[in-house]
Amino acid sequence: MTVKATPNPDDLNVILATDCGSTTTKAILIQKVDGHYRQTHRGEAPTTVEEPAADVTVGVQNAATEVGELSGRKLVDEQGNIIRPVDGQTGCDAYISTSSAGGGLQMMVAGVVRNMSAASAKRAALGAGAIVMETIASNDKRKPHEQIQRIRELRPDMVLLSGGTDGGTVKHVVQLAELIAPARPQPRFGGAYKLPVIYAGNPDAADAVRDTFAGENIELAVIPNVRPVLEQENLGPARDRIHDLFLEHVMAHAPGYPRLIEWADAPIMPTPGAVGNILQTIAERQGINAVGVDIGGATTDVFSVFGTEFNRTVSANLGMSYSISNVCAEAGMDNVLRWVHIDMDERELRNRVKNKMIRPTTIPQTREALIFEQAVAREALRLAYIQHKEFATTLQGVQQQRTVGDTFSQSTGGATIVDNMVLDLIVGSGGVLSHAPQMEQTVAMMIDAFEPEGITSLAKDSIFMMPHLGVLASVHPQAALEVFEKDCLVYLGTCVAPRGRGKRGKPCFRYQIKGDGIHETGELKVGEMRLLPLPVNHTAEIVIDPERGFDLGDGPGKPVKGTVRGGTVGIVLDARGRPLVIEGEESERREQIGDWVAELNVYE
Amino acid sequence: MAHAYTPRLRVSRCVKHRTRRMLPISGEVVVSVGDRVSAQDVVARTFLPGPVIPFNLSNQLGVAATDVPRCMLKKQGDEISRAELIARSPGIFGMFQKEAFSPDNGTVETISQITGQVILRGAPEPIEVVAYLAGEVVEVIPEQGVDVEADVAMVQGILGIGGEAFGTIRLACQSPEITLTPDLIHQDMQGQIVIGGARMTGEAIKRAIEVGTAAVISGGMDDQDLKEILGEDLGVAITGSEKIGTSLVITEGFGDIAMAARTFELFKHFATREASVNGATQIRAGVLRPEILIPLNPEEVTPDEETSSEHGLLVPGARVRMIRDPYFGLLGKVDSLPHELTVLDSGSKARVLTVNLDDGRHLTVPRANVELIEE
Repeated sequence: MTVKATPNPDDLNVILATDCGSTTTKAILIQKVDGHYRQTHRGEAPTTVEEPAADVTVGVQNAATEVGELSGRKLVDEQGNIIRPVDGQTGCDAYISTSSAGGGLQMMVAGVVRNMSAASAKRAALGAGAIVMETIASNDKRKPHEQIQRIRELRPDMVLLSGGTDGGTVKHVVQLAELIAPARPQPRFGGAYKLPVIYAGNPDAADAVRDTFAGENIELAVIPNVRPVLEQENLGPARDRIHDLFLEHVMAHAPGYPRLIEWADAPIMPTPGAVGNILQTIAERQGINAVGVDIGGATTDVFSVFGTEFNRTVSANLGMSYSISNVCAEAGMDNVLRWVHIDMDERELRNRVKNKMIRPTTIPQTREALIFEQAVAREALRLAYIQHKEFATTLQGVQQQRTVGDTFSQSTGGATIVDNMVLDLIVGSGGVLSHAPQMEQTVAMMIDAFEPEGITSLAKDSIFMMPHLGVLASVHPQAALEVFEKDCLVYLGTCVAPRGRGKRGKPCFRYQIKGDGIHETGELKVGEMRLLPLPVNHTAEIVIDPERGFDLGDGPGKPVKGTVRGGTVGIVLDARGRPLVIEGEESERREQIGDWVAELNVYE
Repeated sequence: MAHAYTPRLRVSRCVKHRTRRMLPISGEVVVSVGDRVSAQDVVARTFLPGPVIPFNLSNQLGVAATDVPRCMLKKQGDEISRAELIARSPGIFGMFQKEAFSPDNGTVETISQITGQVILRGAPEPIEVVAYLAGEVVEVIPEQGVDVEADVAMVQGILGIGGEAFGTIRLACQSPEITLTPDLIHQDMQGQIVIGGARMTGEAIKRAIEVGTAAVISGGMDDQDLKEILGEDLGVAITGSEKIGTSLVITEGFGDIAMAARTFELFKHFATREASVNGATQIRAGVLRPEILIPLNPEEVTPDEETSSEHGLLVPGARVRMIRDPYFGLLGKVDSLPHELTVLDSGSKARVLTVNLDDGRHLTVPRANVELIEE
């Protein structure tokens, strides 16, 4: 593969970016307008990795042609190549792309201890944008022959093997290699494909690992340890190597990708890796804690940045079309239907769910169908967020400094770092959130599923542009940030919600809000919600005085001051309590949901 | 003229169909290009490496891992049988020796002096791939598999359960609107491909399993029945490995829905003919639909009915079926394809079409919620 020089950021005035998804290839055009980068046009076309085209670049050409027609700028020449550089109203200065077509990047990871080196390896793989098919660990309670059998059944694109701190165990690491080597995992691209195995464990074991894999149809890469000491992870080198191998091995085997790689002016990134990249950049620049979610047809990705810790999880079978049936199965129909305030027949709904699964491109036509799909979305998001919280933890095995005050605390590490009280921003994307007919619906789904606490801004990715901006950030961070702020995010508003539970109808908190065109005071009772309009780009100061037992960040019963950001929906005051529990008989439950729906104008 | 593209399942009286039959790992192809094969003929075979049995001799013998190779009475590559003595520790001056015995039959694959682990490889497992489609071998991929080609009548279903099956086509329902109930399934349908009409009931499926049919094909089924048959809720539409005793294919969808008339007529035309069925379905990137293939006699071969340019073209006058509630299953003809986005009852904006239903109603529906049919 030829290595291209990275384009000089100063020379970039017109940038074409594509994201080759499993079903759709989305192209956007970013142009410098009055000295600022803006996303100006977008187009899309079906992805063409399958027969009859079996060439991803056909979809890219079609999407780019559509953008070209809309913008009046010719981007594709007669030979089907992307025109560069800019010449008047023709061509672009740079072309960049992400890809998740063909099932994305599928990996197996292995580590000695499940909650330590194996967890670090899994974090590295997920952070790089992979789907982790299986995690093998010496202590995963399976017998060696069961582990080997599982490895044999998988068809990964790549394996990441870790284990042992620097200077630590050699024996257990080699034991893992001895499981993987004879199992001869079959890559899904067929027998001619040399399966890449990345070794990121104790360097003292590297030679023995190399010897163990000698003679197998495996390409071994040895890189620095993902867990050099218990207290620290070093995921960067593993993520970088996964990206390199993704390009060199996985993508090179997908139809049309060699040409796409040749076209692109920056390495092609796996789509989720790019989304993680932009979210991290934004959180870092603005000094905030953020959660991003992308709910697709088959999978739901959750990204979080708390402090300096970035985590990503993929919930492989939680989605709104291909996986809709699985969401209903995992959550249970009762949990889905608790969000519904109108009559629905369960047997009929079961058939509808399956019909959506087998014909995933259909869309809800009636209000009733929309209400049901949005109820499913709440459960998909809720389950995906639970999985994320369980995964995004502090490092296990780290010795804790304990004081006398900790005498009765049994914390040993491994606690989730996802804390809704310190979360500043939730960004939602994916069809059911981005294309909801009313933004109030998007807000209601996000609040019900994520249960934010304290003061939390809510936004949506207008046209799922985060992947494009993630890869753009690697070429031109300034352009990526400008477009992210101005064109990518649509601020929906702010949720204000205390942690704690109380009896329905009893006082929960008093509030006073002052700002651009708003001056309100009031009180909410437990179980109530209130929507206060505050337009986009407006802010207001809020003082909230909670009752005993309710906490907005400064402790139970302590008043809190803060700034709330307006948006297309406004400020949502949520006194339903956290954790959010919907109680009561069927009629009472429906009445409650009906009240919330009415207050937020969800189905106007 | 306004038009749009929409997905469509294939139902064809005559099409040249090629199927690739591959081994999971390299092996031997036992047929040649030009050979005529029947559906159940073996075309390639191989041996999967046997199961791997690791056992830690270092622990068993109570010696250091580095000493394990010296204790071995067998070397790498040696064949051993279950309970055979394979290693002995030196003990102390020849006393207190410990012995280790093989846990199974197989071959010594590796002896590790780092972990003290010995890996035993069990006997290879033979794997055979059959032709699946009666036809001609048109390509041999050395050591991997073959392509078999034949002129066939072909029906793609929307979802299947279970894998490949072979048998004679047998009509159980006499029209596509009739629900397939257990009384329509008879003992002499054992090993046959049973064609129903509309929904196959849960009781009918149980009866088919009891009789031992090769496959049951019908318009629809209830999800509740499927859940009972499978013993669990089908979470994602990736099927083919279920072992319920027969293969199932629904051609239209879930619920009470009649098989498309054209599909039913095709089965009726080919009743008593041999066919191959594959219930394997994968509705993900790389869509795989269940299929029924009926090899044709030379005199039945006509030019392909469809050309690629016509495939999936939605134009005024085209026959369509609604594939989403509240009109699921209804049939009609496209009236117009307005260019502008239209606001639906749900509040969403979408590209729509207007359709004249067979029952006389005139509807506006999203284009995403119809599929083309031919009758």
